[in-house]
Amino acid sequence: MLRVFRDLFRYNREFAAGTILVLIVLSLVVASFFSPYPPQDSYVVPPDVPPCWAYPLGTNSRGQDVFWQLTVAIRNSLLFGIAVAFLSRIISLAIGLVSGYTGGLVDRVLMSINDTFVVIPQFPILTLFYFMMHDHMSWTLLALAMASLGWPYDARLIRSVALSLRNREFTAQSVFSGMSTRQILLEEHLPYVLPIVFSTTMNNINWSIGLEVTLSVIGFTNIETPTIGTMIYWANQHTAMVAGIWWWVVAPVATVIMTFIGLFLLSVSMNEFIDPRSRLARMGV
Amino acid sequence: MKEWPRASLLGAEIEFASMRTYARYFLRRLGQFVFVVFVGINIVFFVTHATPVDPVEQAISSATQFGHSDPRAVEIMRKALRELYGLDGTILQQYVRFWTRLATGDFGPSLSAFPTPVSVLIRQSLPWTVGLLFTSTLIAWGVGNSLGGLAGYYRKNRLLKAVGIAATGLQPIPSYIMSLVVLILFGYIWPILPISGGFQMNVSPDLSIPFVSSVIMHSILPVLSLVLITIGAWFVGMRSLVSNIVTEDYVVYAELAGVNRRRILTSYIMRNALTPQLTGLALSLGAIFNGAIITEFVFGYPGLGTLLVRGVNSGDYSLVLGIASISIVAVATAVFVIDLLYPLLDPRVKVE
Repeated sequence: MLRVFRDLFRYNREFAAGTILVLIVLSLVVASFFSPYPPQDSYVVPPDVPPCWAYPLGTNSRGQDVFWQLTVAIRNSLLFGIAVAFLSRIISLAIGLVSGYTGGLVDRVLMSINDTFVVIPQFPILTLFYFMMHDHMSWTLLALAMASLGWPYDARLIRSVALSLRNREFTAQSVFSGMSTRQILLEEHLPYVLPIVFSTTMNNINWSIGLEVTLSVIGFTNIETPTIGTMIYWANQHTAMVAGIWWWVVAPVATVIMTFIGLFLLSVSMNEFIDPRSRLARMGV
Repeated sequence: MKEWPRASLLGAEIEFASMRTYARYFLRRLGQFVFVVFVGINIVFFVTHATPVDPVEQAISSATQFGHSDPRAVEIMRKALRELYGLDGTILQQYVRFWTRLATGDFGPSLSAFPTPVSVLIRQSLPWTVGLLFTSTLIAWGVGNSLGGLAGYYRKNRLLKAVGIAATGLQPIPSYIMSLVVLILFGYIWPILPISGGFQMNVSPDLSIPFVSSVIMHSILPVLSLVLITIGAWFVGMRSLVSNIVTEDYVVYAELAGVNRRRILTSYIMRNALTPQLTGLALSLGAIFNGAIITEFVFGYPGLGTLLVRGVNSGDYSLVLGIASISIVAVATAVFVIDLLYPLLDPRVKVE
């Protein structure tokens, strides 16, 4: 395991860059636990101080330290992304494995539904969802709603792998040895698709953080929870850019871009790692 | 009786067979289109009816929150709103009415712009969204695929490698963040382009040069941010497709036979790689649409996105519902159109 890591780091520049970016973001998350101020409190420091020694990323118009605010915000955003990715992975695994293994009519129906969910624009539906929920909107509900929309791309990918597994000898052997379909899918096929699931997880985290930021910035989520999105929301509410308090906007935007690129590079390099041909080409063998 | 020459008979047969497979292809796509609309509208119905908040009560509470109001008046208002929103009667009646409203394109009057019908508001902003979407998709898809194809074929080219790194970096950034960055760059740091609205306020909207140029100037930044986020995916996808095709035997053979390199790239390689990219376009249209309406909101562009946010903020149930439904139908239609174009690029669909 450690050797794989070292090789990846040495031969795969995407992996190295992605790991460094993600580590920076993760260290912010760790720092959030040492924040001297409760994240929701305002007017704990003098407002509108530009970045200086005492406040490395300055302070905002609500009297909060931007750096400590940022650490809590990125923690919440990441947690949200991971929750959505985890939930939607369950759906895409179930649909992808069943569809690929069963084939026939079940496959056709499931893939029709799958393609439908790929095409349907999610943003208007999530907006409608917020419109109907208003004050009832919570972190959990939004995660559930997004998970139920964010599975189809990866379900198709998992299905394509499951399709090829179906015709392998070990599958026939498991069928003849009397394993149930559920057992075959969970014990035999699941381990084969897990590498792809890992790499799609990164992209799914990116997707859900991106949508969460968008919804929060417009004010369509619970704006009291500090996330990257709500941070930009409050900055916009105080017209931070016009007032010249650029650090309030630039800090969360830069952090979230770092997260996106880091996770994306990790997923790209993981994809290459899974495909041995491109791995060999890269190592110049 | 005149005897048909065999060759032409065979030709007619192939023609007939290919028409039949095309018809079958068409019907299958049509079925998928109907299914997308059906599922999408059902999701919308589910979201509006399974959630605990009653939009009628919500409208009433926001209307009566200032000062005292007559309970009888409130009762009349409640009844009128139920009728207006199509929320009276049993759930089955509501469901049927929901579909009738969609089929006739009549979502009732908008509450925030009373008494203008929702359909009129949507019809006013839909062309802006379609224009933005069409232009940016065309540019991103065209440029991204061409550059990606070149990068896959000329793997050693330094410039194309640099473009590849930039494209990879831009790809994962969501539309809101990209629009915000573009807005900050061109709105505050280097203010040379208009950052808000669809055209200048003091120009009358008709087909005159000042109006058209104003529209184009205002669309540059939204189009730019949309192109920047979507171009990476096409570039990277095309590059990997082409670098796979390059190793195929027929390409090597064509190179050995001395076929012009440009001809190899365009008609031997790119043409084959374009079909999966067209499928990719159809599949990602929903996501591109999301990006477009978010970008519109950032730039205050007078399209569906801005209208949607305005509708939510003013508690306009019919408007939000109308936009959500129309978005689904519009995207499904666009995907259907792309699907119908597909056989033109890939003759295999016709003869199977």
